[in-house]
Amino acid sequence: MTPEVLIPLLAAAVISGTPILYATLGAMFSEKSGVLNLGVEGVMLTGCLTGFLVAKASGNPILAFGAAGLAGALTASLHGLVCLVFQGNQVVSGLALTLLGTGVANYFGTAFVGQAAPGFAPFPIPWLADIPGIGPVLFNHDPLVYLSYVLPPLFWLFFSHTRFGLNLRATGEFPGAAAAAGINAIAYRWAGVLVGGFFMGLGGAYLSLAYTHLWTNNLTAGRGWIAVALVIFSFWRPGRAVFGAYLFGGIMALQLRLQAFGTTLPSSLLLMLPYVLTVAVLVFSSLHNKKTGAPAALGVNIEPRD
Amino acid sequence: MAAGFRILPRQEQPAWRSCLIVLAAVGLSLLLGLLLLAIQGAPPLTGFKVLLQGAFGSRWALEDCLIKAIPIFLCSLGVAIAFRLQIWNIGAEGQFALGAVGATWIALSFPGLPKFLLIPLMVFMACLAGGFWGMIPALLRQRVGTNEIIVTLMMNYIAILFLDFLVFGAWRDVSGFPMTASFPPGAVIGTMGSSSVHWGLTHCLVLGLLVWIFFRYTRWGFEIKASGDSVRAARYAGIPYDRLVVLVMVLSGALAGWSGFLEASASLNRLQPSSMAGYGFTAIVVAWLARLNPLSIAISSFLLAGLRVGVEHLQLDLRVPAAFGSILEGLILMTVLAGGFFMRYRLVPRSAS
Repeated sequence: MTPEVLIPLLAAAVISGTPILYATLGAMFSEKSGVLNLGVEGVMLTGCLTGFLVAKASGNPILAFGAAGLAGALTASLHGLVCLVFQGNQVVSGLALTLLGTGVANYFGTAFVGQAAPGFAPFPIPWLADIPGIGPVLFNHDPLVYLSYVLPPLFWLFFSHTRFGLNLRATGEFPGAAAAAGINAIAYRWAGVLVGGFFMGLGGAYLSLAYTHLWTNNLTAGRGWIAVALVIFSFWRPGRAVFGAYLFGGIMALQLRLQAFGTTLPSSLLLMLPYVLTVAVLVFSSLHNKKTGAPAALGVNIEPRD
Repeated sequence: MAAGFRILPRQEQPAWRSCLIVLAAVGLSLLLGLLLLAIQGAPPLTGFKVLLQGAFGSRWALEDCLIKAIPIFLCSLGVAIAFRLQIWNIGAEGQFALGAVGATWIALSFPGLPKFLLIPLMVFMACLAGGFWGMIPALLRQRVGTNEIIVTLMMNYIAILFLDFLVFGAWRDVSGFPMTASFPPGAVIGTMGSSSVHWGLTHCLVLGLLVWIFFRYTRWGFEIKASGDSVRAARYAGIPYDRLVVLVMVLSGALAGWSGFLEASASLNRLQPSSMAGYGFTAIVVAWLARLNPLSIAISSFLLAGLRVGVEHLQLDLRVPAAFGSILEGLILMTVLAGGFFMRYRLVPRSAS
């Protein structure tokens, strides 16, 4: 592959990987607290629509981006209500949240299909964007991409070097012991659900505010599920999530390019690529690491006590 | 929970209470649904009437409900078998697709065979294909330890795209539309009497009964139930848990595949992309609503099929977006889950204790 082909492809990989990265970090945050949220797809899509609608109404993409995060947290709070208050099964509740979230977004979005909204435009970083190779791949994007560069190290710092982060992880590992040590386990799980949902919503908003600038139903197209898989792939480490997200972004970009260049491969086979890769990546990560780093109490509810 | 209450576990869980909770959950979901209709500017009470009448208001509507309940019932039966073992098969949709593909392959390859040979061959191939699609995530889970939720979900996308690949490519009809040629008469199971309901309904009765017998009277059925309650205890008792996982997923996939066969053979008489109507996902809602019991699955399948038919009418009469159905399904599932709390616990005011 020549640089003329490779560099645009890598740049496209970063862009397509960014919404997945936001969502993966959100899902990881929730799981660190011990709450498995399989509703990422639904939460992303409500964030996606909220971002679009707020941008359309206010003309302010920054406000829209924040609103999308809040919409994500609000959607995820239903999962918190079912699992943390009513002790519902986390797997099933997550599936229900996917149905509900995608349903709500498509229900209110149907009237806006094909319409455009103001969003974020590319903003090349002076000096850095001029570095040959690295510049166009990493520093010639919209501001939301740059924000996503800062998040993984921040998440890592938060999880391993702050009291709040350590308490959150304790809640995901041994909620009983955490509670005995005076940690309000339920409160930390709520924090996990809400903050996690916030970032999933941001991931969805990236799609409507920076990736397409228009609304179509089901804009997320399975990216939420890929994010769920990437949390496993990344062994619950923010740094590896970056690698996984850009890998998938790369495959999606490649598939679009192959289609554009008029390959003889049927499009349905090309569209399979990300999903086949997800399975392959899961098999690979399970093969190579039996001790995957999953929080010990992931998906296990905290029984109500008297 | 509320500070003024103590949460105490219940000793018994009578059936009437679970019925009451499901009814309350469905009622609450419908209420929230009507609120959403109002937000969109559709008159909620008229909407409710359209929904109910569209689903259950005429003979034609009831037949439509039965026709849609058939694939939901079979997929749900399969999903419930897996859920019994705490295996999360989210892949009914893909197993359904592969079943339809398998049956179609037989129908297109051997158009000259008489009906009494062709139909059983199609069923066999559909179950084989669906079962195979269910077996892969089971084997991966057993050998490598992958998470079956994600693998079955990804395999849905792969199977649906494979179906597209065939109907847009090699199997495309001479008319040029993305669908296969119409099946030969020997591959169509046909309708019962003067109704529009096809003979698949009888398959449901037989298969539902078989699954009930399987759980009640066979060793495997007992082992699945025991392992579902506690994997550790089951292993300790020498139950081959890993083999049960594969068995359960193959059965689950085969049932979804069977329903794929019915959809291709009876409802459409061909394979086309719209064969995939999301029955596999509705099946998950149904299995959970019914608490994994075959008879309740039948009732819930009929009700959720009614919801689909009713929403189609809402779409036509009041221009309500189709996504309304998925909202209601999600709401019902969430409220039923939350309602489960009141099955297992009771709230006692602090002053009373």
